[in-house]
Amino acid sequence: MIEAKNVNFYYGNFQALKDISMVMDDHTVTAFIGPSGCGKSTFLRLFNRMNELIANTRLTGECLVNGENIYQKSIDVTELRKKIGMVFQKPNPFPQSIFENVAYGLRVDGVKDKHFIKQRVEESLVSAALWNEVKDKLKKSAFELSGGQQQRLCIARALAISPSIILMDEPASALDPISTSKIEDLIHVLKKDYTIVIVTHNMQQAARVSDKTGFFMLGTLIEYNDTRKMFLNPEKEETQNYITGRFG
Amino acid sequence: MNKKTSQQIAFIIFRILGIFVVGILFWILGFIIYNGIGVISWKFLTEPPSEGMTGGGIFPAIVGTLCLIAGSSIVAFPLGILSAIYTSEYAGNGYIIKFIRIMTNNLGGIPSIIFGLFGMSLFVNTLGFGDSILAGSLTLGLLCLPLVIRTTEEALKAIPDSFRTGSLALGASKLQTVNRIILPMAFPNIITGLILSIGRISGETAPILFTVAAYFLPKLPTSIFDQVMALPYHLYVIAVSGTDLEASRPIAYGTALVLIVIVLIMNLMASFLRRKLKKY
Amino acid sequence: MKRILERIVELLLTISGAITTIVILLIVVFLFREGLGLFQSSNVEKGYCLCVNTENTVLQLTPFQIKQIFDEEIDNWEKLGGPDEEIVVFRFSDSFLDSYSEEELGKNLEFLPEKLGEVIRGTPGIIAYLPVQYQPINQRGVRILQDGKIKLSDFLGGSEWIPTATPSPQFGVLPLILGTLWVSLFAILIALPLGLGVAIYLSELAGEQMRKILKPAIELLAGIPSVVYGFFGLVIIVPLIQKGFHLPVGETAFAGSIILAIMALPTIITVAEDAMQTTPQAMREASLALGANHWQTIYKVIIPYSISGISAAVVLGIGRAIGETMAVLMVTGNAAVIPHSLFEPVRTIPATIAAELGEAPSGGPHYQALFMLGCILFLITLVVSISAEIISKNKSQAKGI
Repeated sequence: MIEAKNVNFYYGNFQALKDISMVMDDHTVTAFIGPSGCGKSTFLRLFNRMNELIANTRLTGECLVNGENIYQKSIDVTELRKKIGMVFQKPNPFPQSIFENVAYGLRVDGVKDKHFIKQRVEESLVSAALWNEVKDKLKKSAFELSGGQQQRLCIARALAISPSIILMDEPASALDPISTSKIEDLIHVLKKDYTIVIVTHNMQQAARVSDKTGFFMLGTLIEYNDTRKMFLNPEKEETQNYITGRFG
Repeated sequence: MNKKTSQQIAFIIFRILGIFVVGILFWILGFIIYNGIGVISWKFLTEPPSEGMTGGGIFPAIVGTLCLIAGSSIVAFPLGILSAIYTSEYAGNGYIIKFIRIMTNNLGGIPSIIFGLFGMSLFVNTLGFGDSILAGSLTLGLLCLPLVIRTTEEALKAIPDSFRTGSLALGASKLQTVNRIILPMAFPNIITGLILSIGRISGETAPILFTVAAYFLPKLPTSIFDQVMALPYHLYVIAVSGTDLEASRPIAYGTALVLIVIVLIMNLMASFLRRKLKKY
Repeated sequence: MKRILERIVELLLTISGAITTIVILLIVVFLFREGLGLFQSSNVEKGYCLCVNTENTVLQLTPFQIKQIFDEEIDNWEKLGGPDEEIVVFRFSDSFLDSYSEEELGKNLEFLPEKLGEVIRGTPGIIAYLPVQYQPINQRGVRILQDGKIKLSDFLGGSEWIPTATPSPQFGVLPLILGTLWVSLFAILIALPLGLGVAIYLSELAGEQMRKILKPAIELLAGIPSVVYGFFGLVIIVPLIQKGFHLPVGETAFAGSIILAIMALPTIITVAEDAMQTTPQAMREASLALGANHWQTIYKVIIPYSISGISAAVVLGIGRAIGETMAVLMVTGNAAVIPHSLFEPVRTIPATIAAELGEAPSGGPHYQALFMLGCILFLITLVVSISAEIISKNKSQAKGI
């Protein structure tokens, strides 16, 4: 379970998130939608503490994962990131072989057991629906894959370290429609084992893949509801305006 | 004068200027090569000077320069690379980093003769190394530090941030990210910078005048506390203060050519490596 | 374990990050420590003293006054604020001993100071230059001139650089500073228009093929050692100037300026060309679309846009030229006099250090004076670096980057 309690976030003097509280349940897909710059990506990146990489930022409030505040001092941020995988907007495989890309998380974790690594790499590639396409060229550079394959490789890479939560930051925005639908299918399958949070500005995509949807505007969480309800009968007027395309 | 004629006149002037200046620059190269090529022989490269430096070869100077290149690389490369990693990967964007950057730029702007003075005062006199390979290498190493830092920093900066965030998101530490992703990716460009700084080291004269260079020393060094001859200093000596300036001219041309060839090789190697090792 | 390793590496990196700052600090400390010793040194050569007659009212002399007295450029004490008495210069030498018998002087010359005292007593206008061990102490009619210290004003304002002069070495830095600025200034005046012209040619006029060959070639020329340029200047430029202008010697400020200009050209061309290349395509197209031709676009859009990049290159070029040692040392003739024309030999600060440090006894005033020259050079280049910094900062602000 992921929970935010009264979260405010600042870039310097600019307040990017305003008093956000919400709960995301296990084994669901939650989508964040909203116009560009509304804070949805910033909010997503709070949960693996990636915003810390940006200088001069400040957070108030609490972010809880399974009841534990992930910003308390005793939390080791590298351990946290192993439990919470992330997939980025643009596929970002490392300049290594396909195999080494998936094994990377295990290796930096200090895993030496070759057999185990091999097994995990295969499992992860299978889960990411990429195994059949790459099983004969694991030693080849990851850059030889197509954009969609690269993105699934990045998902496999995240799965390899057995996270319980996967954060996806517009994972299909740089891909063609066929690759996009493959990723969406994959999200459906992964839902069984993982809690997934996905940021997207494609509303159809949110409607297709998610169980619950949060609508953000100007750093505020306007509405958070079941996806079906949100798209058919939103409670707030702003949501209605946005999903019917009146602004955004 | 209408705008068409003014353009024509301006462009003619620029073309002439371009050809004139490029011509001068190539004239220098051609002149040294033309006069030096006949001097270069196996004997010239492998024998010590003889007959009051009007005959023989430049072997001790070549060995000396190689020693200084090796020594100053040992000083400057690790320090410079570590420093660049700190400034580009660790230091963030605050006042400290701005200060460090200004200091690096200033160090790069200090004339080489001042490094000579400094090296003499600190390494030769205060630390008591005497005129030695050690003192010369330390001085030259510090001299090319800003160059190493700047080129390494540029190489690191050229790596897109998505690789850093990608690695960190998988639970890698900062050090692991630098070590496993960033450094291997930046490697070709870092090496290129290092090779170019070797070219710079091999030609510097002013810093070694008072820290290592010997006027005439036919025997080869046996320890880092020995003096050595060096190519650029040797050229200076036989060009202006040899025993018989006219008779040593051919040797001077040969030495100048060897120096140019070293720089040429370093440049070619750098651009070859840059193309060859580029993976992403 | 992993954590500890990480901390250690981080510490190591932080220390390395500070390395350039540390080196600069060390340079400042060592340069000034050696250099400032100069102002503790006596203005008379070590081991010697100057004596005058007690009737003389002059108490102290500056190094330059001492030099003028001994060069017989000043011949009356009145000019130095003393009595109207003609100056008689007396230098102690072995021939002085010949006019006395061995008995008169004593076996170990123990009576020599007395004899010297007699001479001084008998000549009211005398100034005697004596080894300290023979100085006539506590003798009637003899006054030992107080040793002055070399002052900063003597150093900065002095117009003579004769570090080996006796009795008083002259450390006037003015001719060296002027020589340095003179040579560098003309070098930039030559290099700037040429470099800019070539940059415009390369960036705007030359074909793709031409650029591909010329750019790396010019970068290669930037890497050629300064001694090679100096050597080229020595065997080609210097004789050309000598013959072309019918001069007694070809080693002149002009030769130095030409070589420095040639050396600065590759840097100026490369940096200026890079600056012009950063002009956004949209700006060029906007200008062309408004009916400006290519040349108008160059001087109305491209040059103004890249001007701060160009000026930063120029300032850096000046810094290089001021600090350049070997090439200048080889072609300027190294006469330490205040230059009056381009066609006279001059001597720059770096060339002076390079030429003289090897002969200056370590720790002596000459050695210290050369370090002081280093300090001045350091300060000049620091000013240049900081100006370049400010110029390129203004650039990024003006463009809103």
